[in-house]
Amino acid sequence: MASITLENVGKVYPGGTRAVGDVSIDIADGELIVLVGPSGCGKSTLLRMVAGLESITEGEVRIGDRIVNRVEPADRDIAMVFQNYALYPHMSVRQNLAYGLKNRGTPRSEIKRRVDEAAEILQIGPFLDRKPRALSGGQRQRVAMGRAIVREPAAFLFDEPLSNLDAKLRVAMRLEIKQLQKRLRTTSLYVTHDQLEAMTLADRLVVLNGGRVEQIGTALEVYRRPASVFVAGFIGSPAMNLLDARALPHLPGSAHAGTIGIRPEDLTVTPDGPIEFSVTAVEELGAQRLVHGLANGEAMTITQPSDATLSDNMRLSFDRGNLHLFNRETGRRID
Amino acid sequence: MKRTIFSNQLLPWLLLAPQLAITFIFFLWPAGQAVRQSFLREDAFGINSSFVGLTNFRALLSSPEYMNSLQVTAVFAVSVTIMSMGVALLLAIAVDRMLKSARVYTTLLVWPYAVAPAVAGILWWFIFNPTIGVMPYVLDVVGYDWNHISSKTDAMLLVVIASAWKQISYNFLFFVAGLQAIPASMREAAAIDGAGPVRRFFDITFPLLSPTTFFLLVVNIVYAMFDTFGVIDATTEGGPAQATNIMVYKVYFDGFIGQNIGSSAAQSVILMLLVISLTVIQFRWVEKKVEY
Repeated sequence: MASITLENVGKVYPGGTRAVGDVSIDIADGELIVLVGPSGCGKSTLLRMVAGLESITEGEVRIGDRIVNRVEPADRDIAMVFQNYALYPHMSVRQNLAYGLKNRGTPRSEIKRRVDEAAEILQIGPFLDRKPRALSGGQRQRVAMGRAIVREPAAFLFDEPLSNLDAKLRVAMRLEIKQLQKRLRTTSLYVTHDQLEAMTLADRLVVLNGGRVEQIGTALEVYRRPASVFVAGFIGSPAMNLLDARALPHLPGSAHAGTIGIRPEDLTVTPDGPIEFSVTAVEELGAQRLVHGLANGEAMTITQPSDATLSDNMRLSFDRGNLHLFNRETGRRID
Repeated sequence: MKRTIFSNQLLPWLLLAPQLAITFIFFLWPAGQAVRQSFLREDAFGINSSFVGLTNFRALLSSPEYMNSLQVTAVFAVSVTIMSMGVALLLAIAVDRMLKSARVYTTLLVWPYAVAPAVAGILWWFIFNPTIGVMPYVLDVVGYDWNHISSKTDAMLLVVIASAWKQISYNFLFFVAGLQAIPASMREAAAIDGAGPVRRFFDITFPLLSPTTFFLLVVNIVYAMFDTFGVIDATTEGGPAQATNIMVYKVYFDGFIGQNIGSSAAQSVILMLLVISLTVIQFRWVEKKVEY
């Protein structure tokens, strides 16, 4: 158990390409932090820098009180779950779980105890003597998790561990990871590009874009008060409506903001609303429907109950408190 | 796979004909001739031949010269295989670790494969020539008197080096491909699991390379037993004192120089059976052991 601290961490590849810049995150002991962002935002690079698989060219990474910039991956007391699981195909599940302990000279009886315990927690007991290729995707995922937990490390690092699973299994495993992490209370750093996965899992999430931190906060903080246009558009599904303030001059705040954001669920249909909305398409989701259309030439989406009556032209209103205003030049939030 | 049904009975045979003709003319027919001749003995003038049963084989198996050749072949084949595969694996690992210019090295390292065995033999014969060669000169500095014309060990070393050198390129290519097929995350996982580079190689990389390794083992042993005739002929011609007279060279020497066609044919039959059985054993073993 330990905290992890990243201080002004940066990564510049030889040749000058910058992957990560000036990232500072404090991860408390036992906390689950999710790094989320679009592909190429530097989230995996950052995770690999904490793991020691990628050199740290700027700043400092501390695990507990120890600066680990120059510490080998094996000596950082971390365990990692890879996207492709990286199970050793020529070893049985038991050998896969035991390998890290064996390399550290753990006594045989202790290895057996820990492997059996992990197998019990993850319900992989019946597969212990099988080879990875004889397992399904979900079972392999569990073994990969098992390999991390038998080590009883200071921190878990997850590199998009669910992206190779089908949608249904992903939701189930997401919950399992959350429960397991709460139970073991091991500090965890989790990388994903899926904002829903990030929101459901994270104690706090770190939204990254272009190698830089856009916002750090709990799921609700990030959802309710996105710190930038990027976060506003990235977090939440359906995505927030981001409108050019110049196209809607009659909206409050449009005089000094560049972009006005409003979530689809915060728009209501009222006969005398200030926004004129013409419907272009409707998507049924079952419980509700997404109504796409135009307001003053700007694309806009609203959510409506599936039993609501729709017409081609409607008027929309909103609560002023639900408007998000962003600076024209910097894209940062204006309060 | 797509299955095609031919309405014409002749067409499939016609399509197969070129390959069948090559197999028949260059393998089945000569092999059959060798088997037939191995039971015959020709008279001194090559006019008549008579059926002598297993006499040729019996004579061979009780001949100390042939036993020597078997032994020499074993030492030669094992040495060539170990050397060519070992060096190739080291080079492949070195290239696999390289970030820059791995491609250039790969291309350069493949060149020796294009050299004909006889030319390779001559090349090494020059390098190791006791009078004009550069290696004996270097070895003399460290106090070793190289002479493959009189020393059995030196002669064996020479033919092993010359034969292995050519095969390194081939093995290297397969090892590089094999190494690159191992996902990087596998080695990273092992690194996090506390395995150092050496441990990682023996626990992860080498086992995952085993299908490549076993395939190359078969290919290299067959190469050493069959395809090294040119190297031997260009360097030692089986000498000194039979020290490098491997089976395939002895087949040629006894048959074409010694004109003992019956014995030569019997030897080639034994050699053929030996290689076939080695290959079968290895592939059986490969199927069972190497799969994971």
